[in-house]
Amino acid sequence: MSTSEIERQWTTRLRHRVEGKLPPEKMLPDTQPNYVSSWIYVFGVATMSALFVVIATGCVLAIRGPQWWHGSAYGHFINSLHLWSVEIFFFAMVVHLWGKFAMAAWRGGRALTWMTGVITFLASVATAFTGYVSQSNFDSQWISTQAKDGINATGAGAYFNVLNLGQMLMWHIVLLPLAAVVLTALHIVLVRIKGVVPPFEENPVVENAEVSQ
Amino acid sequence: MAFILSFAALIPLDSLGHYIHWGWVEISVANFIIIVLMIAAFIAAITAPFPGRRRRKENR
Amino acid sequence: MTKKAFNPDVDAPEWKGGYHPYDIIKEGSIAIAVILVLTLVLAIVFGSPDEKAITIKTWSNAAPLDFANTALEELNGTSTTAAYGAPYNTASTGQQLGPLQLAKWVGVRIPINAANDFVISPLKSLPNQPTLDQQLATWSSATTATKNSWLTSYGKAKVKFSGGQVVANTTSAGPLPVIINDLTQMARSGALDQALVTGHGFYTTDYTKPLLFLSDSEYLAGLATNQHLTGDQWGMMNETGNYPGQSWLWLYTFWYQIPPFKTSANADVLVWGLMMLLSVVLLLVPFIPGLRSVPRKLKLYRLIWREHYQETE
Repeated sequence: MSTSEIERQWTTRLRHRVEGKLPPEKMLPDTQPNYVSSWIYVFGVATMSALFVVIATGCVLAIRGPQWWHGSAYGHFINSLHLWSVEIFFFAMVVHLWGKFAMAAWRGGRALTWMTGVITFLASVATAFTGYVSQSNFDSQWISTQAKDGINATGAGAYFNVLNLGQMLMWHIVLLPLAAVVLTALHIVLVRIKGVVPPFEENPVVENAEVSQ
Repeated sequence: MAFILSFAALIPLDSLGHYIHWGWVEISVANFIIIVLMIAAFIAAITAPFPGRRRRKENR
Repeated sequence: MTKKAFNPDVDAPEWKGGYHPYDIIKEGSIAIAVILVLTLVLAIVFGSPDEKAITIKTWSNAAPLDFANTALEELNGTSTTAAYGAPYNTASTGQQLGPLQLAKWVGVRIPINAANDFVISPLKSLPNQPTLDQQLATWSSATTATKNSWLTSYGKAKVKFSGGQVVANTTSAGPLPVIINDLTQMARSGALDQALVTGHGFYTTDYTKPLLFLSDSEYLAGLATNQHLTGDQWGMMNETGNYPGQSWLWLYTFWYQIPPFKTSANADVLVWGLMMLLSVVLLLVPFIPGLRSVPRKLKLYRLIWREHYQETE
C-alpha cells in the first residue's frame, strides 16, 4: 500500500482529525490559564462526579431489580444514595449553568459547548422524570397519572406511555442514561478542545481576537 | 452501630411536609432550603478567595 | 479582506497571559470523593421516601362509595378517562394549541373503552356467577336509551355501603345495582387489580388500565392533596413527606398557577408549548442579541475574574 493510499483511508483521516482537534495534551492538560481561579469552576466537575455516583448507584439497584428496594433495608439505602446524588447533580448543574451564563461562556466559538450543556440539562430532566415514574410506589402512581395529561396533549403520549412501567423503566435505565453520558462526554470534549473561556477584555485589542466563524 | 445493622435513616423525613405559603406561591420547606443553598453556593463560589494566588503570580 | 468586527458578546480575546500547573485527574478524583461523601452523609441522615402504592383493593376497601361512584362514571362516560379523547378514545377532541389539535391528529393508539375495560369485561371473567351473568346479559342487550335511563336513575339514587354491600335505593336502575355492587366486591377482594393487568397475558409491565381507573377516583387525589402533590399546590415540584422534590420544575409548574393557564381547558398543551419555546431560547442564547449581552452588562464576571483584572489593570 502506498503512503498516499494510507493517508486517504477513512481510519487515517479520522485519526488525523482527532489528533488535530484533541491531541493528548489538550485532552489531559497539565496547565490552566491563570484566569481560571475561582470556586465557580468546581461546579462543572462536581456535576460530572454526581452523575458518576447516580449511575453507579443505579447499577447497584439494577443488580437486584426494580422491586428490591421496597423490601430490603440495604436496597432502600442504595435508593437513598441514588436520590441524593440526583439532588446534588441538579444542584451542581444549575449553579454551573448560572456561572457559565455570568461568564458568557459561549464566546469565542464555544456556542456548541453551551448548547450541548442545555440539551444535557433537558435530557437530565427527562431522565429524572422516567426515574420518578419507575419507583413502583405511590409517588410513581401520582406522578404518572398527572404527567400523562401534559404529554398526551402534545400527541407524544400515544407513543410515550408514562403509565407503562416497563417502557418507562427501559427509557430510564437504557436510552436516557446513554443520551446523558454521550451528551456529557461531548460537552466535556468540547471544553477540552476550545479551552476555558477567557475573561471579558475591558480594553479589547481587536487584532488576534478569537472571532467566531 | 444501629445504622449499620438496619440502614434506617437517622432523621427520616417521612412525616407530612411543611410548606411555606406566600400569597399564591406555595413551596415546601425542603425545596426552599435547597434553592436558598444554591443561591448561597453561587454567591460563595464567585466571592470566596481561591487558593494558589502566589503560585499563579510566579508562573506569569 | 476586511476583518470582522469584534463583538464582545460573541467573540473572546486570545489569551496571551500565563498558565499555572493544573492536575486535572487529581481534581476529578477529589470531586468524586467529595460528592460520594456528601451523598453518603445525606443518605445516612435523611434516607429516602417510599410511600406504598395504592391498589384497587385498598381503594375500594377504604372508600367503597367513591369506588362505586367511579364505576358509575366509567359506565355513563363522565369519568376523566371515559371522556378523555386521544390517545385513549374519541370521546373528546382534546386540547388545542391554537389551531393545532396534536393529540387528536395522532389519534387513538392506546384504546380504552372505559365501560367495557373497567367494568363489564372484568365482571364477565368471574366464573360461576349465574345472577351476575344474567344482569350482564340484560345490560349488553339493552338499547342505549334504556342504559342511559338506568344510569340516570342510579345516579340520582341514594347509595350507601351497608353490611359490606353497595346498596342503591332505586328500583329503576335495571341491572346496575348488581353490576356495581359485584364490581365493588371484586375490587375489594383484589381480583380486579389482577383482571385489569392480565388482559395482555401472563406477564405484563403495563399498568395503564389500573392506573387510569385509579386516577378517575377522588381517593387518589385526596391522598395526593394530603401530600401537597396536586397542581394547584405547586405539586409538580414536591416529594412526599419532607423530602426535597424536583425544584428544577419550578418554572414548569409556575405557569399553571397564573392566568390564563390556571383556568384554561388547554393548559397542558399551552404550558408544554411555552416551555418548549423557552427551552429553545435557552439553547440559542449565544445567538440572541440582547440576551447574550446580559452577562457583560450584569458584570458578575468582575467578581469571578477579579484576580485577573487586578493584575492587568
